Amino acid sequence: MSISLAPERSGRFWHEWGLFLALVTPNLFFLAIFTYWPLVYNVYLSMVSWDMVSPDKVFVGLANYRDLATDPEFWKIFFNTFYFVGVGVGLTMAIALGVALLLNQKLRGRDFGRSVVFSPTILSGAAISIVWIYVFDSRFGLIHLILAPLGISSPQWLTVPEWAMPALIIVYVWKNFGYAVVVYLAGLQSISKELLEAATVDGANARERFTNVVLPQLSPITFFLLITTILGSFQAFDLVAVMTAGGPVDATNTLIYHLYEEGFVAFHAGRAAAIAMILFVLMLAVTVIQLRTVERRVHYS
Amino acid sequence: MAQIARRESVALGTVEVRPGRIGSIVGTVASYFLLVLLVVIIGMPILWMLSASVKTLPEIYTFPPVWIPPHLRWANYSDAWSMAPFGRFYVNTAIMTFFGTAAKLFNGITSAYALTYLRFPKRDLVFLVVLAALMIPPQVTILPNYLTLGSLNWINTYPALILPEAGIAFGTFLLRQHFLTIPREILEAARVDGAGHLRILWQVVLPLSQPILVTLLLLTAVGRWNDFLWPLIATTTMEMRTLPVGIAFLLDQEGNTQWGQVMAATVMVVIPLLVLFLWTQRYLVEGIAAGALKG
Repeated sequence: MSISLAPERSGRFWHEWGLFLALVTPNLFFLAIFTYWPLVYNVYLSMVSWDMVSPDKVFVGLANYRDLATDPEFWKIFFNTFYFVGVGVGLTMAIALGVALLLNQKLRGRDFGRSVVFSPTILSGAAISIVWIYVFDSRFGLIHLILAPLGISSPQWLTVPEWAMPALIIVYVWKNFGYAVVVYLAGLQSISKELLEAATVDGANARERFTNVVLPQLSPITFFLLITTILGSFQAFDLVAVMTAGGPVDATNTLIYHLYEEGFVAFHAGRAAAIAMILFVLMLAVTVIQLRTVERRVHYS
Repeated sequence: MAQIARRESVALGTVEVRPGRIGSIVGTVASYFLLVLLVVIIGMPILWMLSASVKTLPEIYTFPPVWIPPHLRWANYSDAWSMAPFGRFYVNTAIMTFFGTAAKLFNGITSAYALTYLRFPKRDLVFLVVLAALMIPPQVTILPNYLTLGSLNWINTYPALILPEAGIAFGTFLLRQHFLTIPREILEAARVDGAGHLRILWQVVLPLSQPILVTLLLLTAVGRWNDFLWPLIATTTMEMRTLPVGIAFLLDQEGNTQWGQVMAATVMVVIPLLVLFLWTQRYLVEGIAAGALKG
């Protein structure tokens, strides 16, 4: 919509165009310098070999990408990333839906429950990573406190390769599922009562109503959450950096952490930029694939 | 039959029911149990953090631990304060958050207003250009931004912490969505009263957008405060570091040994946002719910 502020007259738009530019330029200025330009420059950087200190950047074409593709460590990191994203997102969505269903009931204290569930989302990832390191301590931590009475000895969570990634995923889900709960709750509460009542009248039991009415009605939200949660999990950095620094033995090294290592610890600018481009393309591909396959199955009323 | 269906509905949460009827008491009890379990599971790590922050070292290295120690060791907090320049961390984080949030909101409001209410050739293309920024994730920009700021000698300064995040794409989209819902009549009435665009923005559009502005403000502020990767790269001395980055270094220094002081430090990092959250949780949670439904 536009609201006209001048009588019909040729040239009346200059005033408005000027104001438009004045209002839009600040934002575009910052986006141009710190978001758009970097993408272009990063593509270029991914094709040089440079230690970020010497004045010369050596153009090497696709050598950085070739080096990464032939590096088994890179593929381990690649696999780790998908392990983290796949399990993390799957658990987050499933648990969030379950909790949302629970909180959708008229229970006293459910608003309190909703706030508690959402609160980890607003806490600093670095801070809670530190807390969870202590929680995971195999001799004096919270997990050990819970497992000991059950006779289970706590695994050496963060120092053993097999358990490190599960530990990270647990923390990731704990911190992030509250957001999905809030969104799912809103979705559940917006499902038309008539639809549910019609299904009951048609003889559907609760399970059938869930599968045939609730889930389809929630599909736009599931779709939205899937995209945002997947993209978010690709970018999970503070958890990895603070809890494991990618270890032990690269067990929790993910693409974004590897990018940081290569760029700001080893100062291999070209390799870091190449990893960033790979991550970018991956995230773009995941989004496009979702838009294609999942949106077809999304039910809009 | 209807009774059974109703009871199952309570259990599956597909229908909102007032608890109380005989048949649904079991379902209700189960739900309350689950609710309590949920709150306990989510809250436990936070309680664990608070509990350890007032324990002595021997108390921490005792198993099984006591949740509330007989004497609260508040000295952990003063110890933590002197282990790292927390005063500086707070100042830096506050400055970064305040100016970063202000910049983002300013840019979001101005571009959303222009994109909604002002005419411009290919205006929709401009909007798409803004939205395209959503497709560019931070990791692609950190190295170039580091180099850009480096060439200006702005690494380890406040501009480095504030400027790269001054642009806003998603917030612009949200605000524009909301502005589009403001009834024409109100805007036309203001125009008839002789108001120019800036007056309309200030006296009509913004007051009518309070809920979404508050939500956006809170989400942006939380994001800025908790930002980790960029401040990690953009700062090189402890005096310029922010709270999240600072405590990560503190952990490095102290190792996994001084848990009392380290937990006290994490409490200090987390408390401001926790307090803010307790105060504004309704706005935040309902704002997110509303935004997600519209989008």
